[in-house]
Amino acid sequence: MAQVDVRLVDVTKTYGSDVRAVDGISLDVLDGEFFSLLGPSGCGKTTTLRMIGGFEEPTSGRIELQGEEVTWLPPHRRNVNTVFQNYALFPHLSIRENVAFGLRRRKVADAEVRTRVAEMLELVELSALADRKPGQISGGQAQRVALARALVNRPAVLLLDEPLGALDLRLRKQMQIELKRIQVEVGITFIYVTHDQEEAMTMSDRIAVMNHGRYEQLGAPAEIYERPSTRFVAGFLGASNLLPGTVVGAEGDHVAVRLDLGPIVRLPAAAIAGRSRVDVGVRPEKIRLGSAGAATPGVNAIPGHIQDLSYTGVSTQYRVALADGHLVTAYAQNIARADGGASALPGAEVLVEWDPADAFAVDPLPAGTEPATDPVTGAPIE
Amino acid sequence: MSAAARPPFRLRRRIGRWVLPIYAAFAITFLTLPVIVMIIFSFNSPAGRSNLTWRELSIDAWLDPLGRPGLAEAVTTSVLIALLTTIIATALGVLIALALVRHTFRGKGIANLLIFLPMSTPEIVLGTSLLTLFIGSVGWTFLPPGVLYPLGFPTILIAHVMFSISFVVVTMRARLAGFPRHLEEAAMDLYANEWSTFWRVTFPLILPGVLAAAMLAFSLSIDDYVITTFTSGQTKTFPIYIFGAQQRGIPVQVNVIGTMIFLVAVGFVALSTFLGRRQQNAPGR
Repeated sequence: MAQVDVRLVDVTKTYGSDVRAVDGISLDVLDGEFFSLLGPSGCGKTTTLRMIGGFEEPTSGRIELQGEEVTWLPPHRRNVNTVFQNYALFPHLSIRENVAFGLRRRKVADAEVRTRVAEMLELVELSALADRKPGQISGGQAQRVALARALVNRPAVLLLDEPLGALDLRLRKQMQIELKRIQVEVGITFIYVTHDQEEAMTMSDRIAVMNHGRYEQLGAPAEIYERPSTRFVAGFLGASNLLPGTVVGAEGDHVAVRLDLGPIVRLPAAAIAGRSRVDVGVRPEKIRLGSAGAATPGVNAIPGHIQDLSYTGVSTQYRVALADGHLVTAYAQNIARADGGASALPGAEVLVEWDPADAFAVDPLPAGTEPATDPVTGAPIE
Repeated sequence: MSAAARPPFRLRRRIGRWVLPIYAAFAITFLTLPVIVMIIFSFNSPAGRSNLTWRELSIDAWLDPLGRPGLAEAVTTSVLIALLTTIIATALGVLIALALVRHTFRGKGIANLLIFLPMSTPEIVLGTSLLTLFIGSVGWTFLPPGVLYPLGFPTILIAHVMFSISFVVVTMRARLAGFPRHLEEAAMDLYANEWSTFWRVTFPLILPGVLAAAMLAFSLSIDDYVITTFTSGQTKTFPIYIFGAQQRGIPVQVNVIGTMIFLVAVGFVALSTFLGRRQQNAPGR
């Protein structure tokens, strides 16, 4: 078991009397891990990060850094460094002096400061710009200076607050790979705050998906994507189809669920977790569209007809109407050349099929509420 | 109709092209004429005591700018008071502005309001009330004698600091309102304590504002007459010397020193414009 670097114990932050920005978070971040706090704006992820950094004091709870309590220590007495969302480079200092700032405050010998700053500028490939001022470099370069300025201090933990938010898409993709490379190279624990699920999944070892001041699920990217435990997590990480149903029986390690629209489908027993009413969830790319009347044995199959389809190059996106009018979204990879076969035309009768192991289950909506989800992405509308 | 309307329109445009430059020329002349007259007459060699009519070109006064009894003392006093006022008022004013912008505390609203008081109160009222206060202090046994009464150098300094400070606060408050606070957080994150955060990050970034406020305090102090007359007692500052000399005829040296002060002031303005422009060119992210 790896050593715990950051431990939050029941950390709560309230503003005024009724705004709970962070609501009783407890979690452990392991040594050397790339850990992401993922969630929509206002979910408390930045406040959590700022409390670890020492910029906010929790209303209650405790924060430990490598086994020592730091809850009430000011930022300059914590062995963590932050990469700020807007970089926060000092405009009156050169790039070199920006990077050297932390070492100088720690009274590191001049010669060592010089070597370490030079090494770090090398790592982020900015040696050539060392004597420029922050006003004279581009956003992507400023981003790398901010990273170098934090990493040069060799902190126990590096905190990153949406550091790629201000960059354009192409640069962002590039920096994601770069960040992961640097993290592996320096071996420092990263705690990364983002609202971009793809970004979080690309880089993270583990992700905590946050909503309303607490995290709804914590796990490896594949785990939370494949087996989301709540409706919010399912919707935030990507598109999903949710079909309400009632548990009717168990067969070994599988459970049978009768969907409200008729058919019985099977799920792994672990996904049900003892509930009797669930929404059965399946990601669009897990669905195969089979010919009507020729169900593959051992898979779940629901009849329907193709409502419409859109060709997106890599895949074709189908919307299939079920008996009760429910729309199911399915993505089919265009592995063979799309020849527009008769089975794939709008109006065609098809079977919506998926492997029982690919399904997950979330709590059903309270009775009487319509599912407010975006019909295309499946993301919850708030 | 359109043929009839065209000439007046064109005429109006032609007039319009000239009205603004002519108006501007008048305004500039109006504003600078007294200064130009002052500078020209600093090279005069007047016949009698009063330097009011042009006689002949001379640089006598420029070669001996302090060559009148009492003038050197008055100028020294004025410069000394202006320098001390600048230092004290700027230091206190910057701290007050920081407190008013950064912190919430009991009485902040009242402090915000009261800081405007010396700016909005007529000088004559400030002068008389200070005089009353200083004279009234005679009975205060906790003060060593000679600080507030008899009037003199310390009382002038106190008065000048008092009215300068509000100008410093108002200038600095505007500058600090737009200060990027995340830079201070970044400094704290990089192991700088409060003290070195202020000196390494905050102060260098607000320095242009501090200099502007300091120049304002200096110029307010060196030319103050009204409040100074009430608080100076037997001590003479440069403006008070001029007022006294006026009755006997103003010596040419006054024009010389006036010209010098004018040149220094123009230099300051040029410097502050330059600093302001340089700060604009280096955007703080």
